[in-house]
Amino acid sequence: MKLWGGIGLMSSDELLKGAKSGNRRSLSKLLSEIERGNFIFEDHSKVWALGVTGPPGVGKSTLIGKLIDRWTNSGEKVAVLAVDPTSPISGGAILGDRLRMINSDVGDSVFVRSLATKNYPGGIFPKISDMINVLSYCGWSRIIIETVGSGQSEIGITAFADRILLVDGPDRGDIIQAEKAGIMEMADVIVVNKSDLPRSKATANLIIESLSLGSKDLIPVLLTSASENSGIDELVNCLESLVPDQSRKSLRIRQILLSHWTSLVISNPRFEKIIKDASNGSKSISESISLLTELFEKEEN
Amino acid sequence: MRIVVAKVGLDGHDRGAKVISRALRDAGHEVIYTGIRKTPSEIVRIIIDEDADALGISTLSGAHDTLIPKICNLLKNEELNELIVFAGGIIPERDRKIIYDCGVRAIFGPGTNTNSIFDFLNESIKRKESGESVGVGETLGWHWIDE
Repeated sequence: MKLWGGIGLMSSDELLKGAKSGNRRSLSKLLSEIERGNFIFEDHSKVWALGVTGPPGVGKSTLIGKLIDRWTNSGEKVAVLAVDPTSPISGGAILGDRLRMINSDVGDSVFVRSLATKNYPGGIFPKISDMINVLSYCGWSRIIIETVGSGQSEIGITAFADRILLVDGPDRGDIIQAEKAGIMEMADVIVVNKSDLPRSKATANLIIESLSLGSKDLIPVLLTSASENSGIDELVNCLESLVPDQSRKSLRIRQILLSHWTSLVISNPRFEKIIKDASNGSKSISESISLLTELFEKEEN
Repeated sequence: MRIVVAKVGLDGHDRGAKVISRALRDAGHEVIYTGIRKTPSEIVRIIIDEDADALGISTLSGAHDTLIPKICNLLKNEELNELIVFAGGIIPERDRKIIYDCGVRAIFGPGTNTNSIFDFLNESIKRKESGESVGVGETLGWHWIDE
């Protein structure tokens, strides 16, 4: 695949060579090629990828900023993939604006790329996987995939990482929603941020309680205050000593497949028509359900 | 298109930049908003890392005649000549020629109808596809004129 650019005509392989030798422009162009579906990279061997998700407003970006600081200070290179949902109406997206608000432009040790989920079949899946692999191959020792955990597909994206951090804040109530979505079981570490605020200890206890009612292994629940820089060292130690749990692997695969499936349904052109007909009463709900099922049965044949 | 919207200068008046970001999103573009008080080199780094197609610079603090040329020079140094650059905010008429001479292809003042910006971007894409110069480092001459 040939490309035009200030760097002239380059093939994906040449871009890969450039990216591996530290050329940021080549890396960036290569990621675009992956996004367009023109390049695949499956070597997963050196990947260390952390998925970070959680409701909006809990201080995720500030917390990520602290993680970036810690890791870059110890000589590591951190890449962040900030994923935002594409508007189902306009097809556009505002990307990564929350991350840009923090001062994480720490020169050569940090690379931030914003991605939209996109509405076509599969969306950004499984390209995120190839992007993570390429970043890792090019020397980015810590990769963070960040999404705002508002919907199934957003949460599903973090499943591409081999470890997941769920961030919540005091008094959110979202943790109950998270429980319903099964996200809490998928997380390797749960952090209640804004520990400087009064109710965070109570929230942490609530989470620990509901977790102990469920799975066999207890997921660590930590308290942090990103703004006050407390609890960060403990979090970093926890993340680094984490051994990705194999039993959670099937939970994640489940999540990945479900998100992929939802993506397929949403991006099927006849889906909108089915919704329309059901909304204006020309089809009943049960008829609509049959039509939806037929959509995918037909395609199998 | 992937468009970076950057707010430069030391002031924090970012409503215009945010309104434009949302409007661009609603028109189907992917927008990366840099946040306030980014330096020219930080903005250029974002352009590179995000593989952006266009850059919209918002400036209100009177620093347009220093910061915009600086950004454009950095872009050209990095061989980002094909990037489509437009500017908005407070840029007086008398200063506009200098801005156009840097390679900026459109200047949108306060009260601009967002449709003008969409039309400019569409026109730019057309020009790019037919091989005409529209990037910041490409042959000068063409710029958007608002009617």
